[in-house]
Amino acid sequence: MDTPLFVNMEETVSIILFGIGFTMLMLHRNLIKKILGMNIMDTAVYLFLAVKGYINGRMVPIVTNQIQDASAYINPVPSGLVLTGIVVSVSTTALMLALTIRLYERYGSLDLDEILMRAKEEERT
Amino acid sequence: MSMVQNFPFFSIILAMFSGIASSVLDGKRAKHLSLCVIAVTTGMSAAVLRFCMKTGESYTYMMGHFPAPWGNEIRAGALEGLTATLFGLVMFFSVVGGMEHTAADVEGSKQNLFYIMIDLMLSSLLALIYTNDLFTAYVFVEINTIAGCGLIMIRQKGRSLSAAIRYMIMSQLGSGLFLIGLSLLYDVTGHLLMTPAKEAVAVIEAAGLYAVPMLVIMAVVSVGLAIKSGLYPFHYWIPDTYGYATPTASAILSGLVSKGYIFLLIKIFYRVLGRENVIASEIVNVLFVFGLAGMLMGSVHAILEKDTRRMIAYSSVAQIGYIYMGIGLGTQAGMVAAVFHMFTHSATKALLFISAVGLYEVSGDRKDFRSLRGAGYRNPLAGIGFTVGSLSMVGFPMLSGFISKLLFATSALQSPHKMLPTVIALAISTILNAVYFLRLVITLYSIPETSRGQAASPGKSNWKLQLSVVCFILLNLTLGLYSQPIVEWIGSGLAMFD
Amino acid sequence: MSRQRDDYEKSWWYRFRKWVDGEMDLLDEGMEIRVPDEMLAAMDGEGQDAARHPAENKEHTFSYDGRGIRYFRRFYQVMSVLLCLSIIFVLLWTVAYLPAFGNAGNPDNNEVSARYIERGLQETGAVNIVTGMILDYRAFDTFGESCVLFIASCCVLVLLRIDAADGNEQARKRLEEANDRLFEPKNDVILQKCACVLVPLILVFGIYIVLNGHLSPGGGFSGGAVLGSGLILYLNAFGFGKTERFFTEKVYRRLTLSALTFYCLAKSYSFFTGANHMESGIPLGMPGRILSSGLILPLNICVGLVVACTMYAFYALFRKGGM
Repeated sequence: MDTPLFVNMEETVSIILFGIGFTMLMLHRNLIKKILGMNIMDTAVYLFLAVKGYINGRMVPIVTNQIQDASAYINPVPSGLVLTGIVVSVSTTALMLALTIRLYERYGSLDLDEILMRAKEEERT
Repeated sequence: MSMVQNFPFFSIILAMFSGIASSVLDGKRAKHLSLCVIAVTTGMSAAVLRFCMKTGESYTYMMGHFPAPWGNEIRAGALEGLTATLFGLVMFFSVVGGMEHTAADVEGSKQNLFYIMIDLMLSSLLALIYTNDLFTAYVFVEINTIAGCGLIMIRQKGRSLSAAIRYMIMSQLGSGLFLIGLSLLYDVTGHLLMTPAKEAVAVIEAAGLYAVPMLVIMAVVSVGLAIKSGLYPFHYWIPDTYGYATPTASAILSGLVSKGYIFLLIKIFYRVLGRENVIASEIVNVLFVFGLAGMLMGSVHAILEKDTRRMIAYSSVAQIGYIYMGIGLGTQAGMVAAVFHMFTHSATKALLFISAVGLYEVSGDRKDFRSLRGAGYRNPLAGIGFTVGSLSMVGFPMLSGFISKLLFATSALQSPHKMLPTVIALAISTILNAVYFLRLVITLYSIPETSRGQAASPGKSNWKLQLSVVCFILLNLTLGLYSQPIVEWIGSGLAMFD
Repeated sequence: MSRQRDDYEKSWWYRFRKWVDGEMDLLDEGMEIRVPDEMLAAMDGEGQDAARHPAENKEHTFSYDGRGIRYFRRFYQVMSVLLCLSIIFVLLWTVAYLPAFGNAGNPDNNEVSARYIERGLQETGAVNIVTGMILDYRAFDTFGESCVLFIASCCVLVLLRIDAADGNEQARKRLEEANDRLFEPKNDVILQKCACVLVPLILVFGIYIVLNGHLSPGGGFSGGAVLGSGLILYLNAFGFGKTERFFTEKVYRRLTLSALTFYCLAKSYSFFTGANHMESGIPLGMPGRILSSGLILPLNICVGLVVACTMYAFYALFRKGGM
């Protein structure tokens, strides 16, 4: 159990999730599942970042009892990055869902290949 | 600190603020505001360029009260100033040229939203150019992506919606890779600002630590940004996006957005990962090969295409290939050539898109390029503009495209291993370019056969489009004729990166 | 003469002319994959079924071209799976070499985080170090992030807002379709009673989170999301008629504009003074008090307003294409 992948188990998990999300976003033909994949991918990155900030046995970075020692708290930087990242991911998700709604209204399908095919057909007529 | 040094910050904030303010203005006011802002920021960027050339060095600008490793920072040098100025000019002319079409393509009550996208696009491009912080770069990459998507889908006709979703999917794949690359880099260096990150990378490299992660970081960041800028195997979203958006959006997306990502990549190579490390890691060779493939395949696709705008879009794929090939050469000269070609392409491609629209106007708005027969007589200025753009892309002397081809060829001679493939690919690609662009130009000036009854309405072209075509032609000639100082500026700007 | 003309017909120049005229394609029948018409007909005819089992349908319907597409798709999928597996593999390989988890000596626990922790309280006045970091040390990123939210809401407005004022038939039809109030149970007693209890609690909690962003976990974004969810619950219980009395698109626009403008001006001031080495002159107050830490509290309120409004706007736009 000493292999680095087990020591860094949290990172390993987040990377696998990243791969799953990436695959879904790239491969799945259903738009909703693509968006789910995108969310999984983003969340995996946030998990990765959050894990990076953690230090064994330390407190959350909120000053308590006037302790201001760097060895008392975990690293606050990744937490801030995750906060920023979440908002970005919410925005892109909302945008893609709105696009999906419009495409569904118009072509009656969530399958990207079919949508593209119908769009081509529509243009030819 | 002199006032000029504040200008990069002012231009970013001004562009953002105008976007925010446009949300309560009506379409017309939003348009005027956005034109003013683009003009002002372009002037400011020019001032920054002048300042940096005069002092001969770059400077960093603290965004807040805290110095380098703690607070956000932006940075300006000769190359940043030059790029920002050119981008501003191209954006201004594109917005002016496509104005009438924007008014026609976008719903009346949503006009102001279009100009919000333009403003925020400008601010994100400026921020990508000036940034000195990796995470700021990520945030503005996202703004850029979303604004780009907005510009595509705001014309809610034809295939623009499906093009927008494809664009979003590819961009998100790219962003995801870029973000994981940043996280890995943060993990091994502990810095997000470029300057301290570079120092940390140098320490790591010297100690021989984290060899595998560094390699993967370089690969992941390069691939992420390559996907977003549409390098060859990831190019399939390009023709739809550029072909079905409103003209201003096509010109901006092809001319500026992809270049913004490439500029960021160059900046990361120089300012974070270290050029020597990147060259040693063979990543440049991968980019080189993909660039070559893009140069050839983009042109082949363009030849097979019948819709003019999609043809121009495929030609973008080829030109992006050129730029990556220049980066892939791995020499200083190759990088200068790549940056110069970036400018050439953004000026020329925007000209092509805008003048193509001028030609469509007088030929009954059909997609097929055959309907353009004789359009060069019906709208002489747009015809000249298109011809100039085509000749520049082919590499006609005096025009900017010639200079960049020359720079590519001379820089290829300096790297012995890559000389042969580069020169051969340049030759083949030039011939292919000539084939499809000259075919278009010949079509423009062939007499229409009235018997076919397609002599189309001689509709009047608008003066704004004419004006912007003239400006673009002048910009192209300037880049071609005064290439010497510009190449020098690029060289000194790249030197400031180290 | 006639021989000459024959030659001319075969000559490259003639072919080139024809190709320029678009009458001939040198690479005819190459490259471009055309979807045969029968396939589209089959798709249209079988509608949903076709969408659900595209592969099977194609197998039945066409012989040659359909198979070509299918093989191409299969090939594409296999290649993509391989690509994704290789990405996972490469990244896992990287993880094996990364610094160990939870170790205080890792490279990312350096002077940057040390200064945030050790001097953050004095320099920003915020007890919550993360808030101090994102709204003071790295405020430019956070401003960019608010702009991401703003531009995303603009894009959703473009896509989903239905402007019947334009008066075209399509818009009106969409408006009718989008209006799903006809189908929902009106004045559901259980929902309304629960909402009566919950909505005030949720709103108060949201406001608490926003106002205490610099003292405890939370801040503008999380508090704003809570506020937004409270508004959405209220809307679901009582319908658009009630919410439109106090929250219309005009209100939304004004709130967002004023919040973002304040944010922009305040941060511009602090960036400008910071870069030019001037004192900002904003008192930081007593750390731990609610009125402390300079600009962070007003900025949190602004962000909270923007986020709450945007969340509500997203919901209303998705639901009926307007606010």
